[in-house]
Amino acid sequence: MDFTDDEYRELYRDLVTVRRLDAEATALQRQGELGIWASLLGQEAAQVGSGRALRAQDMAFPTYREHGVLYCRGIDPIMPLGLFRGVDQGGWDPNEFKFNMYTIVIGAQTLHATGYAMGIAMDGKTGSDDGEAVIAYFGDGATSQGDVNEAFIWATVFHSPIVFFCQNNQYAISEPLERQTRIPLYRRAAGFGFPGVRVDGNDVLASYAVTRTALDNARLGQGPTLIEAYTYRMGAHTTSDDPTRYRIASEVEAWQAKDPIARMKAFLDRQQIADESFFADVDGQARREAVHLRERVLDMPDPDPLTLFDHVYADGSPELDEQREQFGRYLASFEGSAH
Amino acid sequence: MMAETMTMGKALNTGLRRSLEADPKVIVMGEDVGKLGGVFRITDGLQKDFGDERVIDTPLAESGIVGTAVGLAIRGYRPVCEIQFDGFVYPAYDQIVSQVAKMHFRSQGKVRLPIVIRIPFGGGIGAVEHHSESPEAYFAHTAGLKVVSCSSPADAYAMIQQAIASDDPIVFMEPKRRYWEKGEVDTDAPLSDAYPLHAARVVRPGTDVTVLAYGPMVRTAVDAATAAAEDGRSLEVVDLRTLSPLDLGAVYESVRRTGRCVVVHEAPGNLGMGAEVAARITEHCFYSLEAPVLRVTGFDTPYPAARVEEDYLPDLDRVLDAVDRTFGW
Repeated sequence: MDFTDDEYRELYRDLVTVRRLDAEATALQRQGELGIWASLLGQEAAQVGSGRALRAQDMAFPTYREHGVLYCRGIDPIMPLGLFRGVDQGGWDPNEFKFNMYTIVIGAQTLHATGYAMGIAMDGKTGSDDGEAVIAYFGDGATSQGDVNEAFIWATVFHSPIVFFCQNNQYAISEPLERQTRIPLYRRAAGFGFPGVRVDGNDVLASYAVTRTALDNARLGQGPTLIEAYTYRMGAHTTSDDPTRYRIASEVEAWQAKDPIARMKAFLDRQQIADESFFADVDGQARREAVHLRERVLDMPDPDPLTLFDHVYADGSPELDEQREQFGRYLASFEGSAH
Repeated sequence: MMAETMTMGKALNTGLRRSLEADPKVIVMGEDVGKLGGVFRITDGLQKDFGDERVIDTPLAESGIVGTAVGLAIRGYRPVCEIQFDGFVYPAYDQIVSQVAKMHFRSQGKVRLPIVIRIPFGGGIGAVEHHSESPEAYFAHTAGLKVVSCSSPADAYAMIQQAIASDDPIVFMEPKRRYWEKGEVDTDAPLSDAYPLHAARVVRPGTDVTVLAYGPMVRTAVDAATAAAEDGRSLEVVDLRTLSPLDLGAVYESVRRTGRCVVVHEAPGNLGMGAEVAARITEHCFYSLEAPVLRVTGFDTPYPAARVEEDYLPDLDRVLDAVDRTFGW
């Protein structure tokens, strides 16, 4: 890995910004502006490291927590907020952003990712330095799902250019890792016939290095890799969860000591490639981005009721059109109705 | 007009071939569809001619078949998935209803999933459990999916091509007991001239009772009409063809003339397609009805063992019995 000093600094900036935006979203939920939020607190290094390892031509399939990867793909952080606010279902064009829509059904996206990777190979876009690769994100809980295991099978049988990136944050809501596996997760890959590696998910540089290597192997035609990014979910599963019901403060404190941002800051300090004015600038910019995000969330309009009939079918449906018209007439029948 | 006599299986095979020729993005995938040509031989010869990257033998994992098809569709392909038997579609059900059905809506129109999921369905083939199911209602009840069923070789040939050309995901129900029955198919007619995919069709005009059917029961309904004619009763048989969206304009027009309606399907009656159709006919044709809409269906039991399946399946006699009962009001 050949980072310039500036690139090290920018990784730190990414980490801080991603955490700050995430904190803003959590606050917005507590204030009733978002219906729910799935915080990435503690997982910044795994997401920024892997996210920055992606090339422009690579395709990412997130879960519903990869706001850090989204940010590192150059995507406006407002994009998923409609989903969490409840004004839309989190819809954007995956191909425009090289980043799939958030998938809420646990593990379902790993099959989509594998199919997409099969398509890359069928298009002949593997086997060279500028080939395309896919990264599929999922958690430790997801590794128990049938779909994830089927994705492993398909990826290995078809030798697909895909990196399976598992953020093992130790919990699936309240259930600890021991409820999902008897062996370290990275070893699952061997059973399916492809390499598996564990990386310190709180080390942004290691996460970057391992992901980049795996992606390059994939784009060169060497098939899938499983990366287990060992990290910790410092926050709750979502804002509807109360982790004090199932884990103890001392465990959280132990992981606090391994905070990914503190570690990167220490690295910059020790390498003497950043100073206080840089750190202050990063904090200031991150705060400004968070404020800007907040303003735009508060500005989001509620959808018009009749739009709930939109885009059910690409080629339309006469009977649904009729249903929409009926409902439209019904709404208009109320005195003072805006319809 | 070059009309050939061929089986429904051959008609599907020919239609698939046409689609593979017409668009390099069309791929066929499923268990045993490649080298074997499918357990019903519907995809016979296709892998030999189009290669194993376009006609793919998949791992034994239905959720994987549909889930990877979603990814392939996002990548720009037009996958035609085969589920080997109706009773084996359930492992894929989550991918179908949670993902395939919803991604166009979720993306507010930006994602198109032009996926066809072909399912041989229905009974009457003397099989063991899970090989004679009629799961169409589970899919028709799911917004975002379109569901069609062919009843003849001619329809099979055209409808499979139309389904593949559609930008919506389509669950394509193939009446497996009819796979070996023959009919005329015009393989020269351009697809643009074919009867529309999402349209019902009067397959036998009549005056006394409207009989609605789809898939395997269309022939049963027509046989019943032939028998009824000998007793001086004229049955009009309408093939629904499209279960979602339903196209009931021709049905309403028919019921307004006849005043009586019988719906026939193999699937259990409770909450089946007949229930929806009956509710709509009652709403749109209330003043024309001389009797309630009656349904002739499978019983509300799991599909039975082969030696007693003929008692479970609606047959000519049960259709005629229902027709008689519509005159009892």
